[in-house]
Amino acid sequence: MNKSINIFKNFELQCLIAEFSDISLKLDSSIKINNFKIAYKTFGTLDANKSNAILICHALTGDQYVSGINPITKKDGWWSRMVGPNKPIDTNKYFIICPNVLGGCSGTTGPKEINMETNLIFGRKFPSITIKDMVKAQNYLIEALSIKKLFAVVGGSMGAMQALQWSIDFPEKINNIIHIAGALKHSAQNIAFHEVGRQAIMNDINWNMGSYIKKNTIPEKGLAVARMIAHITYLSDDAMHRKFGRKLQSRDIISFGFDADFQIESYLRYQGRSFVDRFDANSYLYLTRAMDYFEVGKKFSNSIEFPKMKNQHINYLIVSFTSDWLFPTLQNKEIVKILNYFNRNVSFTEIETDKGHDSFLLDEPELDEIINGFLNSNFNKIN
Amino acid sequence: MSIRKDWKLIEILIKDNSRVLDIGCGEGGLISQLEKNIKAKTNGIEVNADLARKAIASGYNVVEGNAELDLNQYSNQSFDYVILSQTLQAMVKPKEVLTELLRIGQKAIVSFPNFGHWKIRLQLLFSGKMPKTKGLPYSWYETPNIHFFTIKDFQDLCKELNIIIEKSIALTGKGRQFEISPGISYANLFTSEAIFLLSYKNFEPIKIKTKQKSFSRNSALAS
Repeated sequence: MNKSINIFKNFELQCLIAEFSDISLKLDSSIKINNFKIAYKTFGTLDANKSNAILICHALTGDQYVSGINPITKKDGWWSRMVGPNKPIDTNKYFIICPNVLGGCSGTTGPKEINMETNLIFGRKFPSITIKDMVKAQNYLIEALSIKKLFAVVGGSMGAMQALQWSIDFPEKINNIIHIAGALKHSAQNIAFHEVGRQAIMNDINWNMGSYIKKNTIPEKGLAVARMIAHITYLSDDAMHRKFGRKLQSRDIISFGFDADFQIESYLRYQGRSFVDRFDANSYLYLTRAMDYFEVGKKFSNSIEFPKMKNQHINYLIVSFTSDWLFPTLQNKEIVKILNYFNRNVSFTEIETDKGHDSFLLDEPELDEIINGFLNSNFNKIN
Repeated sequence: MSIRKDWKLIEILIKDNSRVLDIGCGEGGLISQLEKNIKAKTNGIEVNADLARKAIASGYNVVEGNAELDLNQYSNQSFDYVILSQTLQAMVKPKEVLTELLRIGQKAIVSFPNFGHWKIRLQLLFSGKMPKTKGLPYSWYETPNIHFFTIKDFQDLCKELNIIIEKSIALTGKGRQFEISPGISYANLFTSEAIFLLSYKNFEPIKIKTKQKSFSRNSALAS
């Protein structure tokens, strides 16, 4: 099997690429992807007995650049305040693996990549994927790195979904799960917001039925609107009020027009514009869809299936935020309740903040402390 | 953290390698002691977020939650022991909580400050004001303790709920301990803190000569 795995460094993307040829990735939809690749970054050093590996799963618009400088945006990685030397997830101590998800657009097989079978860009021909499929692909990467057991799988939002899925599909390969701001299933409200975003993209004339790369157009406007909508759901009413209120943007009086009179408008427009530079519109369609399809609740609440799962040894840490209305505390607590019902090792805390769903990416000292403490004390237990 | 006297006694009541749920576990002091000394497998629940986070950061399985709202998430008889230490008197519905403890655990360990202690009785008698002691230091308007009761009251409630008291230990104000037995009437006077090991009466399954299944302990209780 190892013969068909090829790992090399990609200088343009400044990351590693693992190419899996002649391995077919059978998706939830029963469609197979026969040649796939995963772009990933690692930080720190794998110890001699391979016991310090942490897989970090990124959120919807994240990527493998969890720490250090992102070569595409030239900015700090999306979780560089959490991951790095002497940071809460300390790369002096742990070996961090952060892959770009299947269906993503930072080097892993996804709609903007070339289909190795046809030598054409996938585009809309890319098969529909699920969170389970992402995890399946990640498992191939972990096997390729000859890591038998991950010390932890960590993720927020869509990353939390992946972490939970890992504990269902490969429980024997994990010791700890940190699940931040997620849920057992994507709610109707969340599917609704995603649908508005997708409609904005697909109704952009430049989307060209998904073949915009071939036609040399970019559905910029649609993707920007999708990002603006999503961005609202990541904040909270209080945080928006605190940050922007009704303050006007570079003007003293309202314009009686549709310019960005208010700071919040200007801010959202900026968020939309800058997103287009770094994200692929089709990827956005596929990944939001994968989140919509996520539902482990049915399996979890099945009292026969769940206790058979070999997850008795896994320590689960579930974290939620008071002002998160996208993945509210109640939905996170549902996971806690089920795990407690089945007598599992579960910890849960709700962090008080007004920063909304995005809190997990922002400066929340309590989050830092609990992640650091949880990892280190559980690491000391096994070493 | 120094080991509390009552924790040491609680530890003695628990068999090695048991599954233990500590309700109101704080930052995990008792849990840590039980894991270390008797290899208990523990879970905890704590209402104070800061304390819960300290426990989690120390590597214990602790969920932030309220003993009166969140106990329903635990399944029947999923623990060997459920501990409620120094908290029953702060519950809105202590009777319901007590019943919950023995639904979740095979046995329950409950400790509480005894309002029947002679010093408390004398304080109320002579000062005419709500008593304050080392164990109950709060003024009436800011105390978290909303249901005061004595050892006798607790024994009566257990009787009413068909709960048997397997063992009860008294701690005096000076840290002395003795076993409370029905014969010792002065226990209620001299105990400042009491620790009870509780379980349900062990009904033998009633065998009825029909094709129906025999009654289990729980169905016997329900009737």
